[in-house]
Amino acid sequence: MNIQRLFKRLKPGRGTVISIPYFWLLLFFLVPFFIVLKISFAEQDLAIPPFTSLMNLEEGGLLHLTLNLGNFDFILSDDFYAKTYLSSLQTALFTTLMCLLLGYPIAYAIARTDPARRNVLLMLVMLPFWTSFLLRVYAWMGLLNENGLINSFLLAIGLINEPLMLFHNDFSLYLVMVYAYLPFMILPLFSHLVKMDGRLLEAASDLGAGPIKAFLTITLPLSKNGIIAGSMMVFIPAVGEFVIPELVGGPDTLMIGKVLWNEFFDNNNWPMAAAVATVMVLLLIVPIAFLHRFETRQLEGKGND
Amino acid sequence: MTNQQKLSPFLKGMLLLGLLFLYIPIVSLIVYSFNDSKLVTVWGGFSTKWYASLFQNEQIISAVELSVQIALASATAAVTLGTIAGFVLARFKRFPGSSLFAGMMTAPMVMPEVITGLSMLLLFISMQQLIGVPAERGFFTIWVGHTTLCMAYVSVVVRSRLLEIDQSLEDAAMDLGARPLKIFFVITLPLVAQAIASGFLLSVTLSLDDLVMTAFLSGPGSTTLPQVIFSKVRLGLNPEINALASITVLVVGVLVIVANYLMLNSQRKRERALAAAMRESSAG
Repeated sequence: MNIQRLFKRLKPGRGTVISIPYFWLLLFFLVPFFIVLKISFAEQDLAIPPFTSLMNLEEGGLLHLTLNLGNFDFILSDDFYAKTYLSSLQTALFTTLMCLLLGYPIAYAIARTDPARRNVLLMLVMLPFWTSFLLRVYAWMGLLNENGLINSFLLAIGLINEPLMLFHNDFSLYLVMVYAYLPFMILPLFSHLVKMDGRLLEAASDLGAGPIKAFLTITLPLSKNGIIAGSMMVFIPAVGEFVIPELVGGPDTLMIGKVLWNEFFDNNNWPMAAAVATVMVLLLIVPIAFLHRFETRQLEGKGND
Repeated sequence: MTNQQKLSPFLKGMLLLGLLFLYIPIVSLIVYSFNDSKLVTVWGGFSTKWYASLFQNEQIISAVELSVQIALASATAAVTLGTIAGFVLARFKRFPGSSLFAGMMTAPMVMPEVITGLSMLLLFISMQQLIGVPAERGFFTIWVGHTTLCMAYVSVVVRSRLLEIDQSLEDAAMDLGARPLKIFFVITLPLVAQAIASGFLLSVTLSLDDLVMTAFLSGPGSTTLPQVIFSKVRLGLNPEINALASITVLVVGVLVIVANYLMLNSQRKRERALAAAMRESSAG
């Protein structure tokens, strides 16, 4: 531990090292959130930038502060927003559960293969993750289309008589969401499962536990942290997903990321977009804090000499 | 590690299903990129004409150029900042404000990009009103956004590598009177070089792929590749995009396989060297 002591002695140098990334994140990540909050109290305006200023200095030195609560009032009173937030949370929750059900056996199977083949398998699972997300979403457009690959195939083998409606509805939205977010679930799960001591399972079977009981009493509790990390890595970004609902979702798919995009780019209503973003951040604060606490625990649990 | 067991048929089946699920869309993209017919879903014979027309598409070529420039610039900055951040998180552990720092390092990875993109844009607008910088949206603003996103990923990779390696080497160097900076550059940096390299590759990938944040931060004169792809596929299927996708899959596939091979090789070398050193010390 004496290297830590050394860093403690080197206060000035240490401060400089810490302050470089610290300052960057404060300026470009934290401060912007307060600016979003500020602008959510402005009004749309035909100016550049297209919103009113909150403070006006009148002649005679009178400072006027105008807070427009209209955007939040609108979000809270118009049930379109409530519905959209709710359905975004539902979609994210469903995506998370499906990723967990599909990802857990995959991560477990990779963790249980011998090291030589494990790397190849892990690479195979991660390879799609390295190719463009946008292009992978696009690939599904060609598969799910009315005369796409899946329908053509099913028609050709005579399983169906007319094309199934697989595209531009909730089915395609959920399917592609699960597809796109699956690697985010598999990786944390795998890194927890691979560290597990196999002798525990041997001991369990020696003591007469069946494979299901051994899984429920040993593997599952030991991989709890992996489940939490993976679930948060899927759930939080899935709530605000824009590309997938836009490209494969239905016309009546309600996703808050899409609403924010439209407010900003189509209606040019920046204050409203800022208000929508503010409410979304408030909704996500709990899961993000949860993930952060868990990360900190991980950090303190590891590398303690 | 004695956790080698026979995989049950259920697990094998799930693994196979998972891999099929992951690869069928990618394979279908590649197959249809050689389709002669303009209708993406009808097979009209083998042809490479979409590749030819892709290479003549000025808009796509210039978007690729811009995207690659931004990706390299962002990855360089992200690796620098992310390595420092990873080092701080792994070695300093607790300092005033360390909890906020760790939080700000985690958040960009999971925060929905519509929020990050909008908030950064509003920051740049406010800065412009106050101090006149940045004068316009474009390369610089996109670069800041991508760097912030990627440095979080780099810091995670570097931090976990630093927690794996033995600190006694750094301690020994210090006992021998080396200065902290020298220790960092001579001992620590070579040990995490591999993590930094994968962080760089990951950053390039993330930057080349980013659409939502870029849409908020780009100006009229700066259109990146994902923006071009998005505007095209929004209107429906497009065989040129299939050709483009196949090329990226090929490039990425080769890169990942080569990187993996190199990593395994150096790992084996290290293990062999360690084993040899052990033998020598026990013999001597």
